[in-house]
Amino acid sequence: MSATLTRPALSFGPVLEQKLEGRVTVEERPLSDIATLVTDAATLKEAALFLRDDPAAAFDLFLDLASVDRSKLPGHVAGKDGRFQANYILYSTIRNEHLRLRVNLPEKDPAVPSLTGVWPAANWFEREAWDLMGIRFDGHPNLQRLLTHNGFFGHALRKDYDKGQRWLCTEEDLLQTELAAKTDDPADMFETMTLNFGPSHPTTHGTLRVVMRVDGERIVAAESECGYLHRCFEKMSESHTWVQVIPYTDRLNYCSPMINGNGYALAVEKMLGIDVPPRAKAARTVLNEFSRIMDHLVCIGANLVDLGALTNFWYAFQPREEIYGLLEACCGARLTSSYARIGGLAKDVPDNFVEWSRSLLPTIRDRVADIDGLITKNKIAWNRLRGTGVVTKEQALAWGFTGPCLRASGVPYDVRKDKPYEMYGDVDFDVPIATDGDNFARYLVRMEEIRQSMRIIEQIIARFPKGPVNTDDYRVILPPKEMVYNEMEGLIYHFKLVFEGVKVPAGEIYSYTEGANGELGFSLVSDGSGFPYRVKVRPPCFPLFAAYENIIKGGMVSDAVATLGLLNVIAGELDR
Amino acid sequence: MKTPPPSLPVWNAVPGRIEPPLGPGMPSTSGADFLTTKLDVAVQWAQSNSLWPMPFGTACCAIEFMSVVSSHYDLARFGAEVVRFSPRQADLLIVAGTVVDKLAPVLKKVYDQMSEPKWVISMGVCASTGGFYRAYHVVQGIDEIVPVDVYVAGCPPTPENLIRGIMELQKKIQSGELARHRASKTFVPIRVGTDPDLSIPAYSDGVMAHVPGKKELPEIGETAESELGAKARDAAGEGHR
Repeated sequence: MSATLTRPALSFGPVLEQKLEGRVTVEERPLSDIATLVTDAATLKEAALFLRDDPAAAFDLFLDLASVDRSKLPGHVAGKDGRFQANYILYSTIRNEHLRLRVNLPEKDPAVPSLTGVWPAANWFEREAWDLMGIRFDGHPNLQRLLTHNGFFGHALRKDYDKGQRWLCTEEDLLQTELAAKTDDPADMFETMTLNFGPSHPTTHGTLRVVMRVDGERIVAAESECGYLHRCFEKMSESHTWVQVIPYTDRLNYCSPMINGNGYALAVEKMLGIDVPPRAKAARTVLNEFSRIMDHLVCIGANLVDLGALTNFWYAFQPREEIYGLLEACCGARLTSSYARIGGLAKDVPDNFVEWSRSLLPTIRDRVADIDGLITKNKIAWNRLRGTGVVTKEQALAWGFTGPCLRASGVPYDVRKDKPYEMYGDVDFDVPIATDGDNFARYLVRMEEIRQSMRIIEQIIARFPKGPVNTDDYRVILPPKEMVYNEMEGLIYHFKLVFEGVKVPAGEIYSYTEGANGELGFSLVSDGSGFPYRVKVRPPCFPLFAAYENIIKGGMVSDAVATLGLLNVIAGELDR
Repeated sequence: MKTPPPSLPVWNAVPGRIEPPLGPGMPSTSGADFLTTKLDVAVQWAQSNSLWPMPFGTACCAIEFMSVVSSHYDLARFGAEVVRFSPRQADLLIVAGTVVDKLAPVLKKVYDQMSEPKWVISMGVCASTGGFYRAYHVVQGIDEIVPVDVYVAGCPPTPENLIRGIMELQKKIQSGELARHRASKTFVPIRVGTDPDLSIPAYSDGVMAHVPGKKELPEIGETAESELGAKARDAAGEGHR
């Protein structure tokens, strides 16, 4: 299981070394992980600007900021090595390459310069790192708590924070409306009023909050806030075994739970260096695509309810119910499936999986055609959706968009196509692109993605492989019962796995898959024990909702509702 | 006239048909063009069959709630399909999903805004007990904050299970049990945890600021913020209150 370490040859390496001589080093990483640059806090900003602007680097997308508290890692010497680590995950849409930019920070006053000026997307990620890990970002425009409330003390993801320690939140601790009173034009103060939108509001479909300053119906200033569903996924993961984390991942994006479990299992499999059998890959891919269809149907159906088109909601939910039937047959649960396992699946798919999957497709096609017929050329829908919530290509990249929202702005980045995993490399499908970047473009992209997902499903079930669904590596999967009862080795494997769980070798990885809303990344750190040392999710919704306040500024309140629905912000994933 | 005339026909219960609101010991008046009953019983019968739910949907359970109200499971069969998102227009609060500390004051406010009579269904284990999130930011059951009439198990509950919860609530309303509880004010907020020094005081029934505030909570060993953290906070200026 020991992976060989290599030092990747970076195309921009020579220029970088010349420019920042000795202050940036390329770290040795296993092949399964992404390339890593290590720098220090003083050089960070210079390095970031280089990585963004140099044509040989061109890292235009800021994906994630994964912070680590290394104080309990084996071999860590307090005071000598830095206690904290800030890992910036970057992506270049031009060169299709990921990069991790790492800064080690001391225990005493961990501070780095803020990168909000380089990548605006860093804004909320830095606030989150400050909130949960206590890393300070100098020069940040608004370094406040984001996920926890203002009555909170301490930084919850530090290793010395007790996971059960709660703090009382009173009404005064919630975001107060005077924050929204910061209008751009103080002379206008008499004309504007404050409008509180959420967290209990029908069109937020969850627990999102936006405080707006409105002039009549026009929004002059807005501030969005999240954290109303921060249920401590990352801290809870640290006290569960690697397999026990899977049920938690289901509840991240609960509209498409299969995708999350797959993304997590894939990340751990990469760390272990194991591969799953073709049948598991095929089943995962099919169920991923069904989940994607379900997610898009909820997004479109629920958003059209907000716009007053209730009928489509019934059209969208009927195929969902039928897909639920298939998921229930596979794993026993409708919504929270916990189906993926490290090294395969919880159990084999039902015997009639292929026929069942095939029988679902006509229903989906019909219902989608119904919605299409009612909406796509509907004048009211055009008036509400076209030209509202516009995000240009440059803005989408700067704000860290991925997934359908990025593709609606004209950037063809789709992990399934650009970095194929599972069976996506073997199937033929198109990545739909729109260029307008408005709500209608996001609607069209989602509708087309549903059709493309059906294409993927059709191709895979036409040659659905036979064989086992689990790897035969008994360090991660329970051996069959006959082996446990008859062979000494089988008993040992069984015993070790039940008592200690999967032992993932010490190391670190950033693994990414295409979630329904965009790139779903898992930054995992293992210390070699049976428990994850650190789990950081890159939630696709997070940058979308962070940018929301900028998108709606200057628009109408009613358009803000349409925009929020079509960004498809899922609170469980946003807040974790 | 204390006893009813013996000539009135006897009401034959038909399974599945909604019973007319006859009180115990009341004569059946089926077939006649009048009805004798007690006002309480008639009102409870009406209330239980026209619940107006307000979904306080926060997480995964809200998606299952959507399934319950949409065509396949059709909550209209139980007279509870008029979903209202304003607490002032609703009499049944369905808390669907995890409630975290940051959301707790909001839930309390929504509950307070509903007018009596009002009922609460706690949908799913997160709302009932905190579920498998025994963590630093999750309310360990909404009965810390609001009184709950029916708990529905499941993570998330299946639509059938939620429908059963609503039917149980209908039974409870019709039996008059809940009205008696409200009158005697038997709801006592629970304190979380066993150690009174470490645990978070539950939100009181009335005034939120009444409970010991966070400043009175002791700073506990490693969990309290270190000096360094406080310094960093000061350096960040307004970044932290």
